[in-house]
Amino acid sequence: MNAAATTRKFSEQRFLPFTLGFGALVAFFVAVEVLIRIGVISRYIVPLPTQIFAAFERVIVEEEILSRFRVTFVEAAIAGGMISVVGISLGILLYRFDLLRRATETWVAAMASAPTVLMYPLFLVIFGRSMWTIIMMGFVAGLPAVILKTLEGLSGTRRVLINVGRSFNLTPSQQFTKILLPAALPTIFVGLRLGLIFMLINIVGVEFLINFGGLGQLINDLAERYDLPGTYATIFFVVLVSVCFFIFTEKVERWLRPGT
Amino acid sequence: MAETGNLSVPAARRSNGPGLWSNPVTWLRIAIIVGILAIWEATAASGLLYRDVVPSLLAIGRALAKLLSNPEYYWHLSVTAGEVGTGLVIGGLLGLTVGIAFGASKLLGKSFEPYLYYLGPTPKIIFFPIMIMWFGVGPGSKVAMGAISCFFPIALSAAAGMRQIDEVLIRVGRSFRASTSQMVMKIYLPAMRLPVVNGVRLGLGVAIIGTLLAETKLSNRGIGYLIIQAYSLFDMPSMYAMLIVLFIIAIGANALVGRIGRFDAIKQK
Repeated sequence: MNAAATTRKFSEQRFLPFTLGFGALVAFFVAVEVLIRIGVISRYIVPLPTQIFAAFERVIVEEEILSRFRVTFVEAAIAGGMISVVGISLGILLYRFDLLRRATETWVAAMASAPTVLMYPLFLVIFGRSMWTIIMMGFVAGLPAVILKTLEGLSGTRRVLINVGRSFNLTPSQQFTKILLPAALPTIFVGLRLGLIFMLINIVGVEFLINFGGLGQLINDLAERYDLPGTYATIFFVVLVSVCFFIFTEKVERWLRPGT
Repeated sequence: MAETGNLSVPAARRSNGPGLWSNPVTWLRIAIIVGILAIWEATAASGLLYRDVVPSLLAIGRALAKLLSNPEYYWHLSVTAGEVGTGLVIGGLLGLTVGIAFGASKLLGKSFEPYLYYLGPTPKIIFFPIMIMWFGVGPGSKVAMGAISCFFPIALSAAAGMRQIDEVLIRVGRSFRASTSQMVMKIYLPAMRLPVVNGVRLGLGVAIIGTLLAETKLSNRGIGYLIIQAYSLFDMPSMYAMLIVLFIIAIGANALVGRIGRFDAIKQK
């Protein structure tokens, strides 16, 4: 058994599932195309897959999907920045003050499982039908995950590292920046990743619901115009953006936490 | 969802220790709640915000009492509960079937699970226009939204649960020449009930959200419809009252399913 054989076996192990998965996806689209063409599926409900793929160019050029993407990106960037700053700060605050932590940690966890997105009509009243409603909805959705994971990361710092810091007579701020924060960083990033995913889901969702902003609004616009291929193509595009974002954050997490 | 990790508070940290009223945690909690309510009431009285954006606590209390004594509200609640329940059953059964299939076969799992894994965290509400076209503007599209929302966490949890089953149990089933349905009912499901309960807990949460958001977007019945009606009429005390009740129901349902899972885990030990 040599390296070449091992590599071949490895590529075979990955090649077969990929081919089967991708092949099944292509076969599904071909089957839908055939079923629509022979009239089994109504083309007024499901457009031809070839029409959907053709609609991509139209959606990109005529509907200015890239500038819509930019709007969503700006909203996500602002909400993400707010989640990072406020979430990590609150996590540190709860770590520093144990009594406060014991009093409020379960509330933060309850907030994480609460359907906060349903508060969007309330946010519409407070912030109006504006970018800030979308940003704040993203912020509220992502905040608890960052607080809880920051707290978990800081609390999980190994005792030996803290003792090493003490033996070097580090000041509290040095102890925090040189020992606690670097040790907690991978867990904090897990929280950030979760928070950013919740945030993105909420931002696109609220854009769609209030018909304002970037990609979510475009789906709503196209659906109201009954542009079926365009609606499907935009939904594919949004799913693709979400998947890319998820993969990117996952890669960063693996880089920060090798072996997970 | 499996990929969204665990955000619960460890049991050891949930305990406040003996003596509820001698515990400073209880007093701090009371102080925080009183502080928030005082700030709320002061803001309502100050008129700093537009009238009724922050209604007085009394107005919210009155709206809450009115809401809970209104039989029509319970009819809307039953409509939403029916949609969520049906969606959970359909999405749950589909998710369970797909999860068992992916967990049982390495090839199927490796081929298709990445699609589930990466599609899981996408915003499901954007599929609502498609669901309207497929199932109409009635309850069908809301049920579909509930089903599509809960399918992913349940399927991923079931697949993970299948892979955790002790190989010995599977070999015992095979040595008794159990059929596929017998294997599912007698071996797989009992052995993987904890991850499945966890998946159902996550699925229930997202099914509630998916169904209610769909109701707020296009419906003439259900709690989501009532919330958006209150928004349209600028009836803020009613909106706050409905949101309070909704949050209590959603968190309570989540905690109830979680408790079933924990009770089962204790029994297993």
